[in-house]
Amino acid sequence: MRDGYAGSASRRAILAGGGAALLGAALGGPARAAKARPVAVALVASVPIEQQWISRIHLALKAAEARGDVTYVYSENVANTDAERVIREYAEGRKDLIVGEAFGLERPARKIAGDYKATAFLMGSSFPQAAPNFSVFDNYIQDASYLTGIVAGKETRTNLIGMVGGYAIPEVNRLMQAFMAGAKSVNPDVRFLVSFINSWYDPPKAKETAFAMIERRADVLYAERFGVSDAAKERGVKAIGNVIDTAAQYPGTVIASALWNMQPTIDRAVGKVIDGSFAAENYGPWSHMDKGGCSLAPLDPRLVPQAVIDMVLAREAEIRSGAFPVAVNDAEPKSTA
Amino acid sequence: MSVLDILLTLPFWTAALRIATPLIFGVAGAVLCERAGVLNLGIEGIMTAGAMTGWLAVHLGAGLWGGVLAAALTGALLGLLLAGLTVTLGLSQHVSGLAVTLLATSAAYFGYRLALPGAETPPRIVPFAPLALPLLSDLPVLGPVLFRQTALTLLALGAIAGLALFLARTPLGLALRAVGENPAAVEAQGIDVHRLRAGAVVAGSALMALGGAFLTLSAFNAFFFEMVAGRGWICIALTVFAGWRPGKALLGAVLFGAFDAFQVRLQQVAGGAVPGQVFLMLPYLLSIAALLAGARNARAPKALMVPFIRGER
Repeated sequence: MRDGYAGSASRRAILAGGGAALLGAALGGPARAAKARPVAVALVASVPIEQQWISRIHLALKAAEARGDVTYVYSENVANTDAERVIREYAEGRKDLIVGEAFGLERPARKIAGDYKATAFLMGSSFPQAAPNFSVFDNYIQDASYLTGIVAGKETRTNLIGMVGGYAIPEVNRLMQAFMAGAKSVNPDVRFLVSFINSWYDPPKAKETAFAMIERRADVLYAERFGVSDAAKERGVKAIGNVIDTAAQYPGTVIASALWNMQPTIDRAVGKVIDGSFAAENYGPWSHMDKGGCSLAPLDPRLVPQAVIDMVLAREAEIRSGAFPVAVNDAEPKSTA
Repeated sequence: MSVLDILLTLPFWTAALRIATPLIFGVAGAVLCERAGVLNLGIEGIMTAGAMTGWLAVHLGAGLWGGVLAAALTGALLGLLLAGLTVTLGLSQHVSGLAVTLLATSAAYFGYRLALPGAETPPRIVPFAPLALPLLSDLPVLGPVLFRQTALTLLALGAIAGLALFLARTPLGLALRAVGENPAAVEAQGIDVHRLRAGAVVAGSALMALGGAFLTLSAFNAFFFEMVAGRGWICIALTVFAGWRPGKALLGAVLFGAFDAFQVRLQQVAGGAVPGQVFLMLPYLLSIAALLAGARNARAPKALMVPFIRGER
């Protein structure tokens, strides 16, 4: 195995025909030189690109492609057990930047990065980056989630908010926790019903779970999964969007959405690949609100009282200025009702 | 809110029947296939394909019932493929069935991508609305539980009742049962065993596809990858639980739906104290328990999974 990698590494170096690359490889350091636009980027996704989370990354890469910064290919629905092969194929195919998820394959992903030091890796992970070329990102959009919590806490009349999540993992938990903290900050009496359906894609099940919450008189639902807003719409209660903006599909039902914007993360990584300065880095902060990594979908004064909108905007300004840091809490949220 | 409170509410039983509907279609199809002697492990893929084509047909303007028809035709075609492999060629029913599942699932995803390239989220359709039947929907208890469901739930109940009547009361049903027990005897009667079995697999697969279509046309309004989520395999287990009898199959499906509806509600009552995964396991644990109790005296069709080769004894 090891011989195979060494062989392919030298073959790539020869193909590159650059003495500098060869020297860099020999020194073991990141052999990075400025690259001409567009650079080659590949995305390896464990779910279909429609999935809320991955769609944000896909969208940011599409935008970079439209600007002519990158050539973009992707592999979707790649099982974790198969991801290592797919990532290696892209690395062998001389991609400049590989974006993907390390959640289910932390150790192999880091090993691959070590085997292809000339390739830049930008992987979703809750763990730290690894020198020289393994950068990490995650959906640290607790700022925006907190603000949607304020809207929900003010909106609920029954003081009961229902939350349907996919899996209880840090990427889901931290947004739920921030949302709950936001709701409690304006409404100390609010209680929560929390359920996980252990699937990213089972809208009928998410919908059933939401129905059950509405039966217990929850009147605002936190729609972490597809299907929850549908239940809210059918039963005439309100929903809070998460990661993507679905307000257009559920007019009058989705009253606020916390949006994840991957552009700052992707643009920074692509820029660094182009100017040859890509290094192992934690891109997590580039999902924060002050960096434009997350935002609140515009609040509609017909759905949210102006006083609440003003309250949210004031808090948003505090978050942006750094006066009010939103805590990151990755613990599994529990029902309090 | 106690456990009894959960079980005594009408919305709970409405939800149970709603959750059970795709299973009722699926288990009806599985019973039909297996009573004729063919194990149909293509079910998971057939449901996925039915969910996709049914929804796509509606999206393309075929209307809701056009979508139901499209799903049934998809199922029938996949059933024809499985029948060709298992009945005509007499190949391993396990391998052929799993192959059909893999093929149908992947083909559904591929077809979805071909039909809607570049879609960010799947387009929504207007799904079946809950019924509002004069008189019936206003009945106490039965009204909300039974007659304010969507039309497909009533169709599922009709399908399983029809299947029970067909198997027990018609000459063709008798021949079909016989072909699952002793195909040679049926052959001696001058009935074509292969045609009978193939017909059962085609019709059964069409029913399974309707189960998938319920998910995209009624329970939800769009097709997503992986949304069948193992419901097909549940139907295979329910068939054994039911002892291959339609009535008990209906009971099993509703029981599973009730377990799932119960799980969802219990999670919200006791979710603070017990890890959520325990609740998610609950329907399956309870099903295993029910299976152990219910399937002890079950008798499988004698010729199940035995290919019939003409002229061979």
